[in-house]
Parts: sequence; C-alpha cells; structure tokens
Amino acid sequence: MKMPSPTRRHFIGGLLGSASFWLYSDHKVWADALAVGNAGPYAPRYFNKEEWRFLNAACERIYPTDAHGPGARGLGAPEFIDRQMDTAYGRGELWYMSGPFVSAPANLGYQLSLPPREVYRQGIAGADAYVRAHHDGRSFADLETAEQTAVLKEFEHGEMALGAVPAHLLFEQLRQNTLEGVFSDPLYGGNKGLAGWTLLGFPGARADFMDWVNQEGAAYPFGPVSISGETA
Amino acid sequence: MTTKKTDAIVIGAGWAGSILAKELTEAGLSVTVLERGEDRATAVEGDYPTSIDELRGAIRHRLFQNLSQSTVTIRNTMDQDAVPYRRLAAFLPGEGVGGAGLHWSGVHFRVAPDDLALRTNVIARYGKNFIPEGMNLQDYDVTYEELEPFFDKAEKVFGTSGEPYTIKGKVAGTGNPFAPDRSDAFPLPAMKDVYSATVFKKAAANVGYHPYSLPAANASAQYTNPYGVQMGPCNFCGYCSGYDCYMYSKASPNVNILPALRQDPKFTLITKAHVLKVDLDSDGKKATGVTYLDLNTNQQVQLKADLVIISAFQFHNVHLMLLSGIGEPYDPVKNTGTIGRNFVYQTITTSRAWLPSKQYTNLFVGAGGAGVAIDDFNSMNFDHGPLGFVGGSPVWVNQAGVKPIAAAIGGPAGNAPTWGEGYKDAMVETYRHSLTIDAHGSNMAYRDVYLDLDPTYKDAYGQALLRMTFTWKDNDIRMNQYVVSKIEPIMKEMGATRYALGHLHANELFDTRRYQTTHLGGGAVMGADPKTSAVNRYLQSWDVSNVFVIGASAFPQGMGYNPTGMVAALAYWAAYHIRTTYLKNPGPMVQA
Ligand SMILES: Cc1cc2nc3c(=O)[nH]c(=O)nc-3n(C[C@H](O)[C@H](O)[C@H](O)COP(=O)(O)OP(=O)(O)OC[C@H]3O[C@@H](n4cnc5c(N)ncnc54)[C@H](O)[C@@H]3O)c2cc1C
Ligand code: SF4
Repeated sequence: MKMPSPTRRHFIGGLLGSASFWLYSDHKVWADALAVGNAGPYAPRYFNKEEWRFLNAACERIYPTDAHGPGARGLGAPEFIDRQMDTAYGRGELWYMSGPFVSAPANLGYQLSLPPREVYRQGIAGADAYVRAHHDGRSFADLETAEQTAVLKEFEHGEMALGAVPAHLLFEQLRQNTLEGVFSDPLYGGNKGLAGWTLLGFPGARADFMDWVNQEGAAYPFGPVSISGETA
Repeated sequence: MTTKKTDAIVIGAGWAGSILAKELTEAGLSVTVLERGEDRATAVEGDYPTSIDELRGAIRHRLFQNLSQSTVTIRNTMDQDAVPYRRLAAFLPGEGVGGAGLHWSGVHFRVAPDDLALRTNVIARYGKNFIPEGMNLQDYDVTYEELEPFFDKAEKVFGTSGEPYTIKGKVAGTGNPFAPDRSDAFPLPAMKDVYSATVFKKAAANVGYHPYSLPAANASAQYTNPYGVQMGPCNFCGYCSGYDCYMYSKASPNVNILPALRQDPKFTLITKAHVLKVDLDSDGKKATGVTYLDLNTNQQVQLKADLVIISAFQFHNVHLMLLSGIGEPYDPVKNTGTIGRNFVYQTITTSRAWLPSKQYTNLFVGAGGAGVAIDDFNSMNFDHGPLGFVGGSPVWVNQAGVKPIAAAIGGPAGNAPTWGEGYKDAMVETYRHSLTIDAHGSNMAYRDVYLDLDPTYKDAYGQALLRMTFTWKDNDIRMNQYVVSKIEPIMKEMGATRYALGHLHANELFDTRRYQTTHLGGGAVMGADPKTSAVNRYLQSWDVSNVFVIGASAFPQGMGYNPTGMVAALAYWAAYHIRTTYLKNPGPMVQA
C-alpha cells in the first residue's frame, strides 16, 4: 500500500471511528474505477483526436484526481460527454432554437444558436488556438497542470471569443457536463465504479429510506447501488 | 379540417383540468380533455429502477415542457427587447398527462385568509398610503369560509398528510397555529420529520417561533381516496420533486383522479392535441369550441362544445386567452384591459447551515412535501407598520431529496471553490453535514409587470410566443431581506458551525438561469371588478361567459404559500358553482 498523501491522511484521520470511514478508505471502488479508466481506451465517437485530448485534460482539472480518489478521467466523464453529444440534448433538441438570436443581458439566459456539440466544436478549437498563441505554440493538453488550471480560471470569467463561443460559456458547459459525468448513473458512461457517489455518501438508486427517515444525525450506513444493480 | 362535438372541452390534463373533467362528467356532461403532451402513467414513467435516474429526470427534464416547440420570451423592463427562455431553468412547466402535477413536490397548503382580501386588510390596518405607487394590490372576492369545503375536498382527494391546529374552532393538534380553522382533520397524519427538519423545529421553537410539520400531498400511510383510488406509503425515496413517484405516494392527477375518470364512458382524453385557440362566435361573446392541432397527423381539428374550460397552467391560460381574443389585453401604459395584468411569481431564497462533522444530514433522504416550517413572518401574521412593506414568507426546511448532480453543479456554497482543487473537500462537507432553510415568500403585482404577446418570436406552430415582463421590486426585496434576517437566530440556536444567509439584493434583477419556483401566478385574475380582473369570483370569464379559466392565473398576488392547494380548491369551487348554478342557467353568474 502506498503512503497516503498528507491531506488524505488528515482527512481520513478526521473520519476514523465514524460509520462512513470505509467509504473513504482504500476501498475497492478506487481501484476498480481507476482500472476501468485505464482499461482499453474508449474510442470517442463525436470528438476528434485534438478535441478529445483537450476534453480529457480539461475535465481532469475541473474534477482532479487527488487524495479523495479518482478524477473526472478515471470516472469516465470524457466518455460520458462524448456519448451525450449524440443525444437530443447534445443536438440542442431540448431547447428553443428559433431565431432571431440576439445578445442580451446575461441574466436573461443562453442566447446562442449553438447546441452543446457545436459549443464544444467551436469552443475547443478556439480555446486551443488561444492557448497556442499565449503559450508558445503548445495546445491546452500539453500545458503543465498548473498552467491548465490558470487557463480555465481565465476562461471561467472571460468574455473573449473562442470561435463563436464566449470563453465563460465554454467553461460553464465543460464544468456542468463534467460534473454530470462524475455524478450520474454509470449507465451513461461516467461515475465508474460508483466512485462519484461514494465520495459524497450518496446511495444511488436505493430510493427507499422508510427505516432511515431520521437517523438522529448518524451517517446512512449503506453504499451506493446503480440502476443496473452494481454496488460499491 | 374535421369537426366534432362534445358538451365540454377541458384544455390541459393537469390538476385543474382533471378536477374539472371529473366534476363535469359527474354532472352528466360528455367531457373531452385535450392535452398537448403524451399520455403518462406511473406504471411506465415511474417504473423502478429506471425512473430513479437524476440525469434523465431532473437534469434533462424528462417530464417537463418541451421548449423546442413552445416557450415564452422574457425581459426585465418595458424598455428592453424580450428574448426567448431557451433552456429550462427558472421555472419548470409540465407537459403530458398530469401536467406539472406529475412532477411537483407535494407541499399542500390552504391559504392564509388575510391574503384573500389583502388590499382591504392592508388598508384597514395601515391606511391607503401604505400601498406603494404602482402596486396593484387586489382582493380575490372570495372568502376562506366559502372555500373551506373545497380545501377539505381537495385534501381528501390528494390524500394529504398533516397535523391540524384547530378543527371547528377547537384546538385539535400541534399544527400551525396561524393556519385557518378546519372543518375536519387531514385524511392522513403528518409525515415524519427528517433529521434536518427536527433540528430546525427545535431551534425555531427555542427562539420563540411556532414551527409545524408541513402539510404534504405525500402519503404518510396507505390511503384510498373518495374516488376509490389507492396510494401507498411514502418511503422518503428522495426522487420526488421533478419525478413521477414510483411508490404511488405523491398525489398526482395520474394517480388520484384519472384512474377513476378513465373508466367513465362520458370522458374522452385526446393527447398530442395542442389547442391553438378557443373559437368564438361572430360577436365574440360565446365560445363555440376550440381549434387544436393533432400533433400526430399535423391536422387541425375543430371541436365544438357548449362549455370551454381553460386549465392549461397559469401562463398558458393567459396565452390562450390572448391568442383567442377573450377579454381585453392589458395595456400597462394606458392602464386598461385585464388579460396579462397582475402577473406575479414568488420570492425564494435559500440559506445554508453547516452542522458539526459528527452530525450527518443525509440530504438524499426526503419527500417533496415534507419538512418543518414557521409562519410567524407570513401573510399578515406580524406587524408591517414599522417595516413599510406588504407581504411575507413562510420559512422552512423542506428536504425534498438532494441528488448529487444538482448538488455538485450548485456547488458547495459559501466561498468554497466550485471546481478544481479544494472542491471535493468542500462538497463532502456540504453534502454530508449541511441543511438548507428557504424563505418562500409573496410577490406583489405591479403596473409594469405583465404578460402580453411577443412581437417577434413564434412557436413551432406559427403563433406568437407569450412575453413576460418581470423583475423584482423594492417592496418584495425588502420583505425577503427582513424575513431572512429572522432566520439568523435559528441558525445560531441549532449550533451551526457556520452559515450563509441567502437573500435578494437591492435592485436585483430576475435571473432566468437559476431555478426558483414554478409558482407563477396572475395574468387572468379573479375579482369583483371587470376593469381589474379577467374572471369573476367563479373563475368565469367576464367577457365570454361559457369560458372558465382555472389555475394560479386567478391569483391577484403571489402568496407565500405554494399554490396548488389553492388551485385545487378554486377548481372545486368553480366546478361546484358550474354544477349547481351555471348548468341550470348558462350565462354570466355575476353581473358586470
Ligand atoms: C418541480 C416542481 C415542484 C412543485 N412543487 C409544488 C409544491 O410542492 N406545492 C405546490 O403547491 N405546487 C408545486 N408546484 C406547482 C404545481 O405543479 C402547479 O401549481 C400545478 O401543477 C398547477 O396545476 P395546473 O392544472 O394549473 O397546471 P398543470 O398541472 O401544469 O397542467 C397543465 C397542462 O396543460 C397542458 N397544456 C398547456 N397548454 C396547452 C395547449 N395549448 N393545448 C393542450 N394542452 C395544453 C400542459 O401540457 C399541462 O399538461 C411545483 C411545480 C414544479 C415544476
Ligand atoms: S419521496 Fe415519497 S412521495 Fe416523493 S416520490 Fe418518493 S416515495 Fe413518492
């Protein structure tokens, strides 16, 4: 067993003796999730090679691997996003997409004509072009992780256009879909090994708390179950 | 175009439409319900475990209105161009059989009697000058005593769980001491309080407030309603708000009314039937039926009827009236017309408390209607004199079941990171050890807040979208801030290690990107004066007497309580008067 990092030791220390300790420990979930993440690479259906490198790097910065367990890559969030692109959601079919498309104050909501799959296509190309121009020709995926985080922070509140996509909108799209991938049922390709749910202590599809309505503040004792019956 | 005939047409198969359809078939009429969405049944939509899916459910909006076909446009002020509400966020209208009544939460209130005559009461207590310039404060023209039997009936149909305070004037339980008197007990005992709610209950009582368990249309035990349909006990599954209840425990038109209606040969349900307009006769005084688009064949169909019920949800009701030319559209500049006037919403802000790390709040356990509330700062239950605003808010812990995608996207709150380094630590603490307290309050009506037809944008069928002109106003912002300040002592008393108070800010604009509530109201309000109301006290159109408009569109103000208990009571009230008076002598029931 490798030595836990200081933060992790500290964190686990705080939980020792509590009912949920096992949820955090070197539980099989981690190993399984990481194994799946590292197993035969998923072949993206929508994203091209460059986009896929960007997506993997960006998801991992948003939800990094750390002392708590696997990050977005290990959990399959990029795969989740790739698969979502070929759904009604990815194609923008759940949204009102008739024109005219005009710019409006941010509080009145999304007003671009681009569905999610186009936000990514144009946004990622724009983002990589922006990064190459500011980081001596390297693309986002080739930056050091600290540099990647700094670029995402710039995007998070940035108005600069990445293709037709304002940087903050690309960031928002990335953050939302990454977290969806981490925390949705594994049915959709993410949350591998249920490790996203395990981190939070969310029991998944159990959906029956008849005997646990009020635990007087004790932690719920059971681990998660997925729709397909997978447990962790 | 094909033409058919029925006695009564009901537009929309949600709560209001299902109640009217049931009552009118009981009265012997042939009733056709036109619903633009799919047919829905709990056996399919609520199938376990496939329905226990947050992504498909609340995140991708499986049961909600399909905006690609029709939406609204929104602007904050009259000098702006409105833009489409392209993605669901701030409010989540329903579509398909059951309407929003299939995916609602189930908090099931009556009404604060003072709210029914708010204008009269405010003037009596504080004088006319207390009402700010531009606020259209109005009375409903109906009293609590008149509505009480219909609240009672609705609770029995919904299988509502609750603890009474007084029954027939005598204290009968430990329920909300501000609640109005009841003629009977709730059909089921109150739901259990989840841990967070018990923490709130104790702390609120200790600081001198009057906490009570929320009345919930989630069944606390097995129940058979007056229509003979059955509900099972709620197991606090937490997939409540935004979902079809797989346990048959949350009241819905689909579980509580339609199984009985579907057996009645006088009842016809046509789904995928998008009503384009109510057809009027040549002088515009009588409806002859409706024209709808059969979404399966793309054919227009004319259906003739003697009676038309518009029950398509609050803003769809107003939209249909405007598209049909029923009544005079409201003009905020000239201050004339009534259709679209007094469009209201609700204020809602969320505060969060973090408990010590040995206390787990298990946020995923919960039921949509369950929780603990205080009414000390709702309606006219406190002295507004020195405060200088109208309205109020119940305050509550209403743990409806927090699921991880929504929690993760919402973030850990406070100043914690919303992604990257430090995010997981903060999320774990928030998800495991925090609880939220909402101030869920009133919203008054204003002259420049209204609904009309958008001049630019069209729906998939070529009709003008409805336009909302809406923002927060000083009166309501100050009300919210005042009530939220009263949450702070509760936070301290419950031993929060830290807390974050959420409130509206001065000049804050309505933000369409964040879910608030689906408790929109007004736009076709009830009242005594046809100059300031679209429908009379029986929800009958002042202008077209064989059209009744049922829903929260009738509320002159947005109230602190959730609307559906009131919508259902008004539906039964209107139905009763249609059955006992109108059908015997069709025509205006109140002389203008
Ligand atoms: C997430 C959520 C939680 C909620 N929680 C609560 C709560 O706890 N307590 C509470 O009191 N309220 C709650 N509500 C509000 C509640 O759902 C509504 O007040 C209630 O459903 C209104 O009933 P209705 O019959 O007016 O409209 P609906 O139930 O929405 O029914 C209207 C129907 O009309 C159909 N329709 C619309 N236009 C047309 C047309 N042109 N042609 C044909 N059909 C049409 C729609 O498709 C829909 O099915 C909640 C709402 C949401 C979204
Ligand atoms: S919490 Fe209860 S009422 Fe709500 S969906 Fe689950 S079982 Fe049904």
